[in-house]
Amino acid sequence: MSAAAQPVSTGSSDAMDGVQRAVRHNLWTIGLLIFLAVLLVFTKLIQPNYGPTGIQGLAVSAAALALAAVAQAIVVISGGIDLSIGAMMAFTNVVAAQAMRYTDDTTGIAVAIGVLLLGLLIGAINGALIVATRVADIIVTLAMSFVWAGCALLVLNVPGGQADKWLTQLASGSLLTEWLPKPAVLVLLIIGLIWIPLRRSRLGLSLYAIGSDRLAAFRSGVSVGRTKIISYALAGLFSAIGGLAITANTGIGTPLPGGYTLTSVAAVVLGGVSLAGGRGGVFGPLVAVIILALIRTDMTFLNLNSNLATVTQGVILIVVVMLGSLAALRRSRA
Amino acid sequence: MTGTDTTIDQGRGRTAETWIRTFRDRPVLPLVILLAILVVAFIGLNPRTNVSEWIASTLRAAVPLAILAGCQTLVMLTGGIDLSVAATASMAAFVTASLLDQQGLAVAIAVPLVVAVVIGAINGIGSGVFRVHPLIMTLGMGLVIFGAANAWQLLTVKTSSGVPAVIRSIGSGTFVGFLPVSLLVFVPVAAIILVGLRRTGYGRLLYAIGDNPIAARLSGARSWQVLVVLYAISAVLAAIAGFLISGFTNVASVTLADSYLLPSVAAAVIGGTSIFGGRGGYSGTIVGALILTVATSLLYSLGFPEAVRQILFGLLIVLVAAGYARVTGEA
Repeated sequence: MSAAAQPVSTGSSDAMDGVQRAVRHNLWTIGLLIFLAVLLVFTKLIQPNYGPTGIQGLAVSAAALALAAVAQAIVVISGGIDLSIGAMMAFTNVVAAQAMRYTDDTTGIAVAIGVLLLGLLIGAINGALIVATRVADIIVTLAMSFVWAGCALLVLNVPGGQADKWLTQLASGSLLTEWLPKPAVLVLLIIGLIWIPLRRSRLGLSLYAIGSDRLAAFRSGVSVGRTKIISYALAGLFSAIGGLAITANTGIGTPLPGGYTLTSVAAVVLGGVSLAGGRGGVFGPLVAVIILALIRTDMTFLNLNSNLATVTQGVILIVVVMLGSLAALRRSRA
Repeated sequence: MTGTDTTIDQGRGRTAETWIRTFRDRPVLPLVILLAILVVAFIGLNPRTNVSEWIASTLRAAVPLAILAGCQTLVMLTGGIDLSVAATASMAAFVTASLLDQQGLAVAIAVPLVVAVVIGAINGIGSGVFRVHPLIMTLGMGLVIFGAANAWQLLTVKTSSGVPAVIRSIGSGTFVGFLPVSLLVFVPVAAIILVGLRRTGYGRLLYAIGDNPIAARLSGARSWQVLVVLYAISAVLAAIAGFLISGFTNVASVTLADSYLLPSVAAAVIGGTSIFGGRGGYSGTIVGALILTVATSLLYSLGFPEAVRQILFGLLIVLVAAGYARVTGEA
């Protein structure tokens, strides 16, 4: 899929080639993981008490953004961009909180499933509008962000509602050992259960195909329009899961979209997904989200103004992307 | 029988084609008609409004939006987008308010303008030299500016100091009866942008780079220099819009202009500027900003809640953009 230049390797065996290819393919994610490890060591150095509680807080604060980043990654991989993710999360968040006000734990599960279906539906509407009107993805989703934010306000015009107990319990505490926060396990499980089978399927290949070259995908028999709608529907689904995560985390519904949309774009790009489409995966963005959250924590530990964390995030975003594109420029010239 | 049918069909086809061509080549015309319909609807539905006062307040609200949408128009012509305009505008308003007491008015206004030029130049270098996607570059700069402005706010311990009287009177004053003073800022700015795009070589370069970057490069355009200047212009315009917004609302905070960011893109899109670059202009954008402002005012006057207003706002953008996509055939 990636057309990286083959290094001059004379006499290396096929197995070595395979390993090399795997490393090269995931070079970005491996780099991010190393950076995360360094950052964790640094955190431990500046705050010797950093332990299970810290990890727990990190998981809770990063869960919703992680889901937003996965939603964005799927759309960007298939060559689009979704600026309505934050609004869809707000919408599903208030619908869940408002409906759970009247339910007990058993009917609450039905509500949660309904919210997920709602996410699929509104995501599919985004995709269908893009395909039907042939307007640029960024414009349609920008406009739809107003629509979904408006819908959120229709449901609840001030923060309110409440979350069912089973839901809030899902988002706190830990599993097996205190080092394994429940939200982190859940997020990984959800993503693993949906994304890994998807990526190996024909549909997953189609998502990458329409992202890397629409025309070639069309000529090889991929239904471009349908695949695009599915990619947006999946983004809607993950946004809805993110909305439920917010409901679980805050215990209420808040009709105003947080900064999830733009931060998800940042996380996706940091995670090695090309905005041109067709490249990257969801695990890079996940690691990027954890890094961004950990930087914010470190700033607090260092007693620095937390606004400097925003500055740092911006600088990291710019510098990392600059380095990436410099490397790409050099590669294309060589 | 069949003969007449074909002639009628051809006739109808030709009229439709003429209409489509008009819409494509002069998108301002149908937009002005849409604007007129909205204005008539407003006056018809609110017979008791003082029309001159309403026009004044609409213009006053539309001017900052039109300037910010001007930033987007210029940048979108080259195929980019500037998501840092809102942060730049808020920064400019806030820095001015925080410097006013110690440094005096001239310095208080000059400092944010210089900062804006630096911000724009960095944006331009990032997207022009390092080839960072403008969306990412300006998004990152927006974060940097917002965080830095917040830190500055804590340093100066002035959450919301006074907006200078001059800026207040420019942003919310009136002259010749009902005309808002901010028009005195807007008209020269708009004239420079309109003439600059139509009559100067620099304006042509923006279209050329957006239309076909490779052809532009082969014909000798140094696109990175053009982009550095372009983003600097965009940031300065954003700072000016920030002054006007703070004068209009009499508030200077670091989140002042945030709510203008997405509408500024929307106004440019409604005005017929293509996000892919190479097509559009500022006259459409001005009408686009007016349409958004009048539509907002109309929906408020009809007593729609904020929620419905936002939904209709979004649908309006999709509809108009779909109309453009249909007539220009751009995918």
